Amino acid sequence: MKEIRNEILPGVFLTCLQTDKFKTGLLSVSFLTRLCREEVSQNTLIPSVLRRGTTRYPDMDAIAARLDSLYGARLEPVSRKLGEIQAVGFWADFIDDAYLPETGSEPLLEAVAELLGEVLLSPNTRGGLLLPGYVESERKKLLEDIRARVNDKGAYSRYRLTELMCAAEDYAVDVLGNEDTAGSIGYVALTKRYKQLISTAPAEIFYCGSADPERVKRALRDALFLLPRGEIDYDLGTDIRMNSVEEDVRYFTEEMDVTQGKLVIGYRLGECMEDPDPAAIRVMNAVFGGGVSSKLFRNVREAMSLCYYASSGTDILKGLLFVVSGIEPESYDLALEAIRRELDAMKSGDITEDELRTAKLSLASDMRTLSDSAGLLEGFWLSQNLQGLEYGPEELAALVEDVSLADVTAVANSLECDMVYFMRGPEEETDEED
Amino acid sequence: MKRTDYTAVGETLYSSVLPSGLPVFVLPRRGFAKTFAMLAVHYGGADRRFTLSGATFDTPAGIAHYLEHKMFDTPEGDALLRMNAAGADPNAFTSESMTAYHFECTDRFEENLRTLLSFVCQPYFTQESVDKERGIIAQEIRMYEDAPDFVVYTDLMKSLFSHSPLRDPVAGTVESIQQITPELLYECHRVFYRPSNMALCVVGDVDPEAVERIAGDILTDGPSELPGRDYGPEEGPEPVRTLTERRMEVAAPIFMIGAKLGPMKTGPEAQRDRLAAGLALRCLCGPSSPFYIRHYSDGLLNATFGCDIDHGAGQYVVAFEGETPEDPGAVLDALREELYRIRKDGFDKALFLRQRRAAYGGRVRALMNFSGVAAGLAGGCFAGFQPMDSFGMLSSVSQADTEGWLRDNLDPERLAMSVIYPKED
Repeated sequence: MKEIRNEILPGVFLTCLQTDKFKTGLLSVSFLTRLCREEVSQNTLIPSVLRRGTTRYPDMDAIAARLDSLYGARLEPVSRKLGEIQAVGFWADFIDDAYLPETGSEPLLEAVAELLGEVLLSPNTRGGLLLPGYVESERKKLLEDIRARVNDKGAYSRYRLTELMCAAEDYAVDVLGNEDTAGSIGYVALTKRYKQLISTAPAEIFYCGSADPERVKRALRDALFLLPRGEIDYDLGTDIRMNSVEEDVRYFTEEMDVTQGKLVIGYRLGECMEDPDPAAIRVMNAVFGGGVSSKLFRNVREAMSLCYYASSGTDILKGLLFVVSGIEPESYDLALEAIRRELDAMKSGDITEDELRTAKLSLASDMRTLSDSAGLLEGFWLSQNLQGLEYGPEELAALVEDVSLADVTAVANSLECDMVYFMRGPEEETDEED
Repeated sequence: MKRTDYTAVGETLYSSVLPSGLPVFVLPRRGFAKTFAMLAVHYGGADRRFTLSGATFDTPAGIAHYLEHKMFDTPEGDALLRMNAAGADPNAFTSESMTAYHFECTDRFEENLRTLLSFVCQPYFTQESVDKERGIIAQEIRMYEDAPDFVVYTDLMKSLFSHSPLRDPVAGTVESIQQITPELLYECHRVFYRPSNMALCVVGDVDPEAVERIAGDILTDGPSELPGRDYGPEEGPEPVRTLTERRMEVAAPIFMIGAKLGPMKTGPEAQRDRLAAGLALRCLCGPSSPFYIRHYSDGLLNATFGCDIDHGAGQYVVAFEGETPEDPGAVLDALREELYRIRKDGFDKALFLRQRRAAYGGRVRALMNFSGVAAGLAGGCFAGFQPMDSFGMLSSVSQADTEGWLRDNLDPERLAMSVIYPKED
């Protein structure tokens, strides 16, 4: 499964993975733009509004009927945050030609690519402007999504840590934006932003399926020949902060209506980001809090029965590491201390051969498993392409296998704790329960 | 092993029942790096009252889930860690009707399969280890209790049922798990963890004969008497209460509307019934149905809306869930109105045909989900049918079957609703 990458239109790059392993094909288009407070909500809204109707399929009913007739193909708006780059567009999946139950069915790749082009480039407009009704309806739903962030307390606590810890950085926002940035979007401004986005943003297209790259290229060129291409803005990247914002760790506690407390700790990966070694960073994270054999899971969750979950994760593009844990509010100090102790062990190289071997084994296995899922491959290659990296999952697995104990402790020693966030229930109530 | 080809979807299934009574299913997937294996036990949160050899057992809510947590303990240590050290990613889950232990790996499959089968067969609990787990499970329960999706579901089950064990959450409550002892766990293991009450399902680039051989080596108990499950007297069709409301820290009202659909069927009849049910719900309110699109457009519903059928404790349940910025009562009214309309007019023919086509595509897509396929094979085995046969059966499920299913099962006057409103300021 070798990836082939081509520039099919100015600033439009197609990555093709030909394989007959999967029963479905996947096609995605992502326009890349700077993640920033001012535009983030607008950008996220664009594909959702486009998905409401086109000149040929004027409303959701018409698009739905078309997709159903293509054996339930899916075409969904998507907006992602990759470091400080926002990737907005669509992804589609559809069953492979080999599994169409009726002979003589139209080939789905071309049909889906055509619909994708239609949705992207021929929206239902009046006087050249996106329909106010569609914009207003999707804007309200975006606001509903923004407000609903609070429903999932685990995800919300991570969101709050990022927002508070990176307050002065573009990274603070997530792809939905907030009520201010989404609240005031009108259809005239959104039409303008839409036109600017499709004409100036570089685009990454990804295909994975059984079609040969020439056929894919042809289908996409046919579907996108109307794509306006102006001066492409390649000035994209992520500003990596090496040190914590203040000399001392910042602490933030917030009260919400919860029985289980959520403890989230944010670290800067620090100096190792000068010349980051993605394999070493991943292995460090795996030993520390990446899975059931990690120090956090075994020693904080299992050994101390302190919490239901304790794990860590990284954003390598931005150079951050997070620890997340669900705990009894009274265990706050104990849990914080236990997590610190495990990190100190990482720093001093107190890592057994078994710990290192298991972490590498499961990471290398995860990397190899990427190639079993078209969806995971899509995310992997988008991230690789943004970083200008050309190696695939198999090579990354081999790099992981080569990481040494010294590499891991070097990453651990480079970490700087920046903020501790704690979400807990109202103080009086928990006291009463005791 | 018996080989069955499903050429239309490019699959070959190998199956057999071992002398121990264990059903084994292997779906080879050439060219994939990972292999997924699941050993499922036909025993879940709802199986609390049962009889065996004349004796009746009453066990606390949450015991099947507690047992799942403790099964990873072995005299040689934590099986989770042992499998992880051998490159596998092991885990487990408990539903109302099933406990499943599974792993995924890219290497050393046979070794990991042996470990999985061994620890599920050999209970090893001490008072100390059982007591220690209580804190972890209590935290898990607390986490669920803070999750609005979970609370709205639990409230709905309590609204629908008068006495079925489906009223209680699978994990039990912090109070109910206090009654769980090592002796009770051993007892439940002895009663339910019999090879003939399990299914082994493997999806990946493996040799089916090797899977069969390893399972035969490790699961050696012969077939034995299976427990009688007692879910109490059959529930009547009416919900206990039609509306349950509460407040939590959520942004907008979260609702779940449900109905009891009557006793569960088994065998191919159950399979046809489920296919008809799936099509009926797709046409009624699926993501490309006129009902959903109309109310997505007018703002009553958003993309969180969905519906599903659950089966457990001998019972089918349908649930429609979502979030609305408006009055949840308006959603209930709209759904009821649509049900009446379809009872009278039926579905539009073109709509039915395209939904059936889309359902086929959806099933092909679902084959790519290894864990879903394995869980489907186990669930089908426990209900007496082969889910792979659905590809062939789907085209014979007619519009009349689908409309008939809706008329017979979903009475617009027997819906219950549970709502979580935002806290008042």
